[in-house]
Amino acid sequence: MAENKNMKVVMDKEVIDRSLTRIAYEILEKNKGISNLVLVGIRTGGVYLAERLKKKISSIEGEEIPLGVLDITLYRDDISISKKKPSLGKTKILFSLDDKKVVLVDDVLFTGRTIRAAMDALIDFGRPKMIQLAVLIDRGHRELPIRADFVGKNLPSSLWEAVTVNLVEKTGVDEVIIEEGT
Amino acid sequence: MKMLLTGARVIDPGQKIDAIMDVMLADGKICQTGVDLLKSVKSKDSAKTKVIDLSGMVLTPGLIDMHTHLREPGQEYKETVASGAKAAVAGGFTSIACMPNTDPINDNRSITEFIKRKALEADMANVYPIGAISKDSAGIKLAEFWDMKEAGAIAFSDDGKPVMDAALMRHAMEYAWSLSLPVISHCEDTNLSAGGQMNEGYYSTILGLRGIPVIAEEAMIARDILIAEFTKTSVHIAHVSTEGSVRLIRAAKKRGLKITAETAPHYFTLTDEALQTYNTSLKVNPPLRSAADIAAINEGLADGTLDAIVTDHAPHARTDKELEFEYAANGISGLETSLGLSLRLVREGVLTLPELIAKMSLNPARILNLPKGNLETGADADITVIDLQLPWTVDVHTFYSKGKNSPFQGWEMQGKAILTIVGGEIKYADPRLNL
Amino acid sequence: MKFDRKDILGIKDLSVDEINVILETAESFLEISTREIKKVPTLRGKTIINLFFEASTRTRTSFEIAGKRLSADTINISASTSSVVKGETLIDTARNLEAMNPDVIVIRHSAAGAPHLLATLVKQSIINAGDGAHEHPTQALLDMMTIKEKKGTLTGLKVAIVGDIAHSRVARSNIYGLAKMGAQVVLAGPATMLPRGIEQMGVQAFTKLEDAIVDADVVMMLRIQLEREKQNIFPSLREYSQHYCLNSRNIKLARPDAIVMHPGPINRGVEISPDIADDLSRSVILDQVNKGVAVRMALLYLLTGGNE
Repeated sequence: MAENKNMKVVMDKEVIDRSLTRIAYEILEKNKGISNLVLVGIRTGGVYLAERLKKKISSIEGEEIPLGVLDITLYRDDISISKKKPSLGKTKILFSLDDKKVVLVDDVLFTGRTIRAAMDALIDFGRPKMIQLAVLIDRGHRELPIRADFVGKNLPSSLWEAVTVNLVEKTGVDEVIIEEGT
Repeated sequence: MKMLLTGARVIDPGQKIDAIMDVMLADGKICQTGVDLLKSVKSKDSAKTKVIDLSGMVLTPGLIDMHTHLREPGQEYKETVASGAKAAVAGGFTSIACMPNTDPINDNRSITEFIKRKALEADMANVYPIGAISKDSAGIKLAEFWDMKEAGAIAFSDDGKPVMDAALMRHAMEYAWSLSLPVISHCEDTNLSAGGQMNEGYYSTILGLRGIPVIAEEAMIARDILIAEFTKTSVHIAHVSTEGSVRLIRAAKKRGLKITAETAPHYFTLTDEALQTYNTSLKVNPPLRSAADIAAINEGLADGTLDAIVTDHAPHARTDKELEFEYAANGISGLETSLGLSLRLVREGVLTLPELIAKMSLNPARILNLPKGNLETGADADITVIDLQLPWTVDVHTFYSKGKNSPFQGWEMQGKAILTIVGGEIKYADPRLNL
Repeated sequence: MKFDRKDILGIKDLSVDEINVILETAESFLEISTREIKKVPTLRGKTIINLFFEASTRTRTSFEIAGKRLSADTINISASTSSVVKGETLIDTARNLEAMNPDVIVIRHSAAGAPHLLATLVKQSIINAGDGAHEHPTQALLDMMTIKEKKGTLTGLKVAIVGDIAHSRVARSNIYGLAKMGAQVVLAGPATMLPRGIEQMGVQAFTKLEDAIVDADVVMMLRIQLEREKQNIFPSLREYSQHYCLNSRNIKLARPDAIVMHPGPINRGVEISPDIADDLSRSVILDQVNKGVAVRMALLYLLTGGNE
């Protein structure tokens, strides 16, 4: 997919897969198994990653774990000042979060505002025992005191660079690219 | 003081005159019409004669609006006799007949006299009160026609409150006939029109407004024609708005009945389609109808079924119109747009200019038995001068009428009264005339 | 996302795209009402005024719940139309409300066009919650959402609307909406309830219930206003119900999987026989109520823009 000179592929299919496998093991290690463990993917990129993590964890443990889908639009802190309303996706968390260990999954961790919104949303679904965060890319530039528990790759970037996670489910190819912003 | 109006195209339907001529006025009367009257003036008393060059203009008998609503007494915030009479001359009308639906209703001598007195004080257009048919226009008891006639009433009508009782209408026609005064009937079956807001049809359906069916008007016209025929009297049908009404009146006239009828500019200019924004300035009674009705009104005007064009000038204050459509008052402030809208009929080929002038002066005068509407020597010097070409834009804020309620706001017009003379005196002169 | 309307005055004004955006947004809102904590912070600090000039429990409550679940402050004003008689016009009321700077005004009024008048007067967003016999756009949207959920699509469906079409804003809004979305709409009612020119709206009208509901995918029964009896629109409820009540007999004419709708409140045994109204395999009346909150949440969400 990388076409122009200012674009650089920083993770390819294999690297992404290996990172996710490692994260799956780290999640199991940290949580000592899958008891009370649930995954919640943040729309849209986080959902595909969460599905992959679920598959990996299930094949390791031989047991399915619950997976929820979260759209954080309604919890965004810029919703009341944006002129036009962003499209809404459906939230689907069909299980209680009370006393669950929730692993929140997203593709890129940047300012931290999305994660803040996601945590607020999760609290509305019950009282989790703890919330952990798994991301494929941490590109820095946090604006809120938030850090990830599981990181695929730390990617130092400048503010004017764009980091894009392409996934097979969405764009037909697995890769992470970084490019100069215009 | 004499006045000589020179060089205008003089149209006098009564004498079948349509020619470039001069008109000499003296002592409030027309004293001479002819060619080259200027010569005779110069030789004699030129200093005492005011000469106005009207080359390129049209000079007609003073226009007569036989259907106006002045709101005095009672609703002076909407219009007074004075403001209405001023608006009349600004619109080219030298005489207006005012409907009795004031507050209190003009159903007795004292109100009639009051209106006449106010008109005299205003000293603008001639104002002819129309008396109520029934006491308080309640449709129950006949009002004192004879008394009102002596006070100056020239016709009787319960306009706005249709006479539902056929027996009362019969007696009104008979009694008025014995006084040689006409009855003007607002034809509306109020059971059929109950709660109605606009013409019943596709547009009332999609707007969710209660409709007023055409039969509410037509059924009553049929009734009144039958009463006039049976009692061998006459009736004048007010504000005709439907195709069926035109058909009924045409047939009655063909049978030789003494039926006359009028319509108003909005009924040949606008349709109910225009109501889609709930614009209350379009709310009138009878309501704006369909394109087919407009076509029939035009035919009726052309073939003489409809004798007169009236304004149905119904001034209202903003507070009467800036309301939910249902609660808004009916009516259009029409005195100052009527001529402009009617001249469109001439450009569209519906009427010739002399025909239009007849419907706005001679015919109303005949229906109301007024010694007006013509330019014969010795007639009252009521004259309207029209610039057929003058382009202008309707701006309600410049209306002399207190009623700024007009759906024609912003319309581009062509043709306007630029000089209005009543009883030999100039009552209105357009600034562009540079008198 | 394509949605930059200030007001929702009627379905007539909406494009197919706009209707789709509203319905899709509403679908996302459905889930919130199933949560333990039925509230999202989206409209925190926004003020919504429910200005009801006509008695209504259902619609007003639905709007109120919708606003509250979005964390907006909702204020209900039950103004009597008699305040007009007292001298306070809609214009006065509107200017007063405007001065308090709400974000959305939801208005129900017995006079058709009242929301349009309000929209020209104030800068706030106006949502028409029913105006006279004109439109009831949120009802039509929730009806379309219900049908879409049950049937998967609106396109190509046959929808029969039965009852007092002449006085029904629900019928008008649904006719506009369903026609735009590609459904075939047929109407039934005695001729006194079929307004003049209705066919020009692109519908077929029948005087017999049976003629309209043949092969229908959806049968929508309208509420009969009891006071219409006095206007001689129909002789008696007894006679009306004998000929225009949907029952287990005549519903067999519709498609076997036809759903039954009613905007509520039902006059049981007048518009719909109790066994049909309570047959949950057919009757989607409570689904309609449920969708109502989601549709209204969607509209509040879409209309409350940021500071320009």
